[in-house]
Amino acid sequence: MSSSGRPEHQAPPEIFYNETEAAKYTSNTYMLDIQQKLSERALELLAPPDDVSCYILDIGCGSGLSGDVLTEADHREVEGDLILGDMGDGLPFRPGTFDGVISISALQWLCNADKKCRSPAKRMLKFFRTLYSVMRNGTRAVFQLYPENSARLELLTQQAMKAGFTGGLVVHFPNSSKAKKIFLCLFCGGSTQALSEGLGTENTATNVRQKHVKGQRKPLKTLRDRVLEKKERWRRRGRETRPDTQYTGRKRRSHHF
Amino acid sequence: MKLLTHNMLTSSVIKGVTKGFPLKIVASKVEVREVDYNEPFIIKTLSKVDWPALHQAANEVGYGEDLPIELGEDFQKDETLLRKIHNALLQVDIIEGELVCPESGRKFPISNGIPNMLLSEHEVSS
Repeated sequence: MSSSGRPEHQAPPEIFYNETEAAKYTSNTYMLDIQQKLSERALELLAPPDDVSCYILDIGCGSGLSGDVLTEADHREVEGDLILGDMGDGLPFRPGTFDGVISISALQWLCNADKKCRSPAKRMLKFFRTLYSVMRNGTRAVFQLYPENSARLELLTQQAMKAGFTGGLVVHFPNSSKAKKIFLCLFCGGSTQALSEGLGTENTATNVRQKHVKGQRKPLKTLRDRVLEKKERWRRRGRETRPDTQYTGRKRRSHHF
Repeated sequence: MKLLTHNMLTSSVIKGVTKGFPLKIVASKVEVREVDYNEPFIIKTLSKVDWPALHQAANEVGYGEDLPIELGEDFQKDETLLRKIHNALLQVDIIEGELVCPESGRKFPISNGIPNMLLSEHEVSS
């Protein structure tokens, strides 16, 4: 994998994804593995019904890796068609066409407007507005993406809400910079639905004790909490740690060395 | 590009276009590729399909004689008809050609089975 920073900073997608770069998605086993896992997670979040045929839109499908996961999961009955387009121009479909939408590792490209005169914010709004109209009422869109920073992610979710979507973010493994994956789940109409818990969030929730102080929203962490969290992180990475006991993180008699 | 996809595609993203459907097909290369017949899928898909547009599209690629001008109410029991619809929707594949917007006349090329819907900056509506 190239370590020269974010692809969006190097070139616009139509130039960056030349034969060599595109080939990495189908030849590099590491990338194949990641893309497959991301697609499986997205499919779980999309939760399409088992007994009914659905028409799914895959945005930024590239070499069709996510489509293969749909086939593996016995969901794909018919080969889809490929369409070349720019998501920032809007989606060229009839209203209410799709029963579900997925997108893997693509949406962050919408945060850059390379040569187009319209700002990223305008392109995002155009995209989400048209997306809303081409989705059937009560269906979901799941986007796995790599936002550059929280400001860009914030802008994306803001424009999505402006277009009428409800929903939110599901973050898997929020504490690991390597394993962390962000999924934007959008609901098109329908009744309010609950968002799934992100993976790898169970342990952190119990370790943070909240002190209810008026006006203070951030929970205070004690030394013991910090030590327990660090040990959890180490365990997740496969490192050896001593078992947690009532003495873990206890204040020691200060030794001045 | 299959006719099922064509039935969902519009040029409504172009500035000044209201509906942009259906797109006229000018095909220079059409193939028929075998696809497994799945009756429940066809029946369910028909509830979404715009029949007059499908009929017109099938005519434009040369497979129109198979399909009736109007879809009757008893189609679910008519297997022969359903198989013909399956052929038109999923097996007929437009490899080379053009899609033409009915309102603006703008042409979208189809190359290697993939329609190119990329717009230039001045064509995009805000």
